[in-house]
Amino acid sequence: MIRFENVSVQFDQRRVLDDISLTLTEKRIAVVGANGSGKSTFVRLLNGLQTATSGTVTVDDFNPAKDGRKLRRHVGFVFQNPDNQIVYPVVEEDLAFGLKALKLPKDEVHRRIDEILARYDLTDFKTHPSHLLSGGQKQLLAISGVLVMNPRYVIFDEPTTLLDLRNRNRVERAIAKLDQTVITVSHDLDLIADYDRVLVFDQGKIALDDTPANALSKYREMMA
Amino acid sequence: MIAGLYIDGTSPLHRAGAGIKILAMIALGTGVFLIPDWPVVTVILATVLAFYPLCGFGPSVIWAQVKPIFWLLSIFFAVQLWLNDWQAGLLVVTRIAAIVLFASLVTLTTKTSAMLASLERAMGPLRPLGVNPEKVSLAISMVLRFIPVIATVASEIRDAQRARGLDKSILAMVVPLIIRTLKMADDVADAIEARSFDPDETAS
Repeated sequence: MIRFENVSVQFDQRRVLDDISLTLTEKRIAVVGANGSGKSTFVRLLNGLQTATSGTVTVDDFNPAKDGRKLRRHVGFVFQNPDNQIVYPVVEEDLAFGLKALKLPKDEVHRRIDEILARYDLTDFKTHPSHLLSGGQKQLLAISGVLVMNPRYVIFDEPTTLLDLRNRNRVERAIAKLDQTVITVSHDLDLIADYDRVLVFDQGKIALDDTPANALSKYREMMA
Repeated sequence: MIAGLYIDGTSPLHRAGAGIKILAMIALGTGVFLIPDWPVVTVILATVLAFYPLCGFGPSVIWAQVKPIFWLLSIFFAVQLWLNDWQAGLLVVTRIAAIVLFASLVTLTTKTSAMLASLERAMGPLRPLGVNPEKVSLAISMVLRFIPVIATVASEIRDAQRARGLDKSILAMVVPLIIRTLKMADDVADAIEARSFDPDETAS
């Protein structure tokens, strides 16, 4: 369970998030809003990439402000641009990067890598240079790099923005199959149409908090 | 491209430890400069070349390693021919070719991760001096990873500037490249943090 209690974030004189209080228990949660509305800051609070200026964030038993490193194994984060997330030059080496911190036996590391590569049809690219993958394959590798850690939650920050339609659909299917709780920030409203809950951010506040059927139509009106 | 050199295989050289291969590379690099006779260095070069088919690499792979230095070797040979004689030219050229081809062979048969793991072990004794081998290893892997990414960014910027008729302006190329690289560095730092990298914890 994720709980926000009177959370505010301020950068210099600008209040990016303003007194947010809510509890998230659903499996699929979408976060939408205009550029600069505070949605990325909101999700960055969930794994300690951002700390609150005031208020408390709790993710299960973790406080992101204090337990940042432990929490990041519990809450995976997939960024918009996979090129910035893949840090090793070869596919299997990049997947092993996060696992290093878990100090798993070698056999378990190989088993997890092989399993995740098979799940996303990347087995043939195991020893492939990561920079030579297609855009969609890179995003799937970035997702694999997070899922290989077996996180409880996965945050996607605009995961389909840079992809063509085919790869966007691949990523959508990959997200749909996840057992984890998923929190997705997106401008792609079709991607989140089947989610359980939608939070619409506007100027650092939650303007709408509803089902997709209700929230998205109102959001479209807001943005018209 | 540096980042894509490793070619998968099962040859004895593929299976050999990265540390042994790096030590052999250092020994060969030093050794060929201690040998003053071109026939001996030529035999060493021939031996290095013989390893290529043993590792499953054909002439095209050998040529790919020699091609970038072909003109440099030609110039060295010509200068030595002019200053000394053809034997001196051959000695210089075979020395450099042997070193480059062996170094390439090591890179072609060694995964970056294995190379970096050896480097981390070798730097272990420097830990009391404040050197963190995990951070050095990550930095090197990221250099290898991001060379092609930055090359792609540079190419995108060049195309965008050409489209605006600014193809002769160095500033128009360099300024956006620096800005985008710095922005990318921020994003990459976030991603590394998000992926639980902890150099102090991984140290053991």
